[in-house]
Amino acid sequence: MLEVENVDLHYGAAIALRQVSLAVAVGDVTCLLGRNGVGKTSMLRAVVGAHPISAGSIRWEGQEISRLPIYERARRGIAWVPQGRDVFPLLTVKENLETGFAVLSRGERRLPDEIFDLFPILKTMLRRRGGDLSGGQQQQLAIARALVMKPRLIVLDEPTEGIQPSIIKDIGRVIALLRAKGDMAILLVEQYFDFAQELAQTMVVMDRGTIVLAGRREDLDEADVRRRLSV
Amino acid sequence: MTDADTLLYLDGVTVTFDGFRALNALSLVMTKGEMRAVIGPNGAGKTTMMDVITGKTRPDTGKVVFDRDTDLTRLDEPAIAALGIGRKFQKPTVFEPHTVWDNLLLALEGDRGPRFSLFARETAAERRRIEAILETTRLMDHRHKRGADLSHGQKQWLEIGMLLAQEPQLLLVDEPVAGMTDAETEQTAVLLQEINRTRSVVVVEHDMAFVRALGVKVTVLHEGAVLSEGSIDFVSDDPKVIEVYLGR
Repeated sequence: MLEVENVDLHYGAAIALRQVSLAVAVGDVTCLLGRNGVGKTSMLRAVVGAHPISAGSIRWEGQEISRLPIYERARRGIAWVPQGRDVFPLLTVKENLETGFAVLSRGERRLPDEIFDLFPILKTMLRRRGGDLSGGQQQQLAIARALVMKPRLIVLDEPTEGIQPSIIKDIGRVIALLRAKGDMAILLVEQYFDFAQELAQTMVVMDRGTIVLAGRREDLDEADVRRRLSV
Repeated sequence: MTDADTLLYLDGVTVTFDGFRALNALSLVMTKGEMRAVIGPNGAGKTTMMDVITGKTRPDTGKVVFDRDTDLTRLDEPAIAALGIGRKFQKPTVFEPHTVWDNLLLALEGDRGPRFSLFARETAAERRRIEAILETTRLMDHRHKRGADLSHGQKQWLEIGMLLAQEPQLLLVDEPVAGMTDAETEQTAVLLQEINRTRSVVVVEHDMAFVRALGVKVTVLHEGAVLSEGSIDFVSDDPKVIEVYLGR
């Protein structure tokens, strides 16, 4: 269980998150929605440890992690698929995947077959350089690389941004499969409602650095959510 | 040549980066004295549009006509700034070790060479000008504070004040209220309305409550072109706009 409570986050003197709280249970997909610039990525940066918070608490599996460095949170099973993917362009696909080994003990350092079941395309491209892949393929690689870490919480930042519709479907199917396995908490940031609605049990809508609407999907009024995402 | 009331005219402006079309035959007209809000999803081309107007990026095709007949695409950044187009980037970039007063003094039009730096005192006219800007930007009581000691919102106002010191005809303001408190955001809407009495303004913003408070014509960009244009109520009811924000 990930529990974020009353978190503030600043960039210099500018405030990006104000008193934000949310929870993600193992086996659940929690989707963070909102227009651009409302604080979704800042929220993820707070969770994974890419930016320090200025107030509040972040607990993972019962322990306070908000002061732990990013690599220590990665060792505790938190994987991040950043916006823009951050694939290493000069490393091969295989080498990119192997960077996920950093958090594993020596005995665990092998590429699980599961990732090639989820993303068959990667198996045929192991020797290609990351930078030579298409945007959609890079996105699949970034998710696969996160899964190599055997995460118990995976944090995905707009995995569908700028990606062709057929690969968006593939990515949606993979997130649904991970959810069905039930051993992972999934925190997904999306700008688009339809993709989120198909996957999320819980939806959290942000505006101006705060949470303006949150609840189980079935309890939320769809028109209300849509209204807050539009201009 | 454009209509006498036209301040800025982007005519079929296209910009590509590595095959990606950041602006796709973008056309847009602003009249003199207008304030325009520009919104749009990530990658819509908002920043690239500002880059083209200020000469930071040169378009592949298209013209940018300013004040009747000046084609901005033929000028470099300093020349465009000297024409009276000022730009406020998103992050505050005031001189933090200097006082509010000195920041504004440095920004005033005039000789800023070594002689000035060593010997000059501000003139009475310059002092009046700085006083007026302090009043506009709500910084009267903070003139002796160092830039570093201002709140985030006050830094943004100071930087807007530094732009005003250069007497621009057109101000381009990129996400001024990001990171501001609610009260500062409200104040900023009033501040820009006051500035708009004497100057034209383009504001790029994500904060819809703020855009609504400005009460001006809104241009929605999407994939490098104008998707919709009109009052905030008009664009927020436009099915094309709803689709790109809720999308796919």
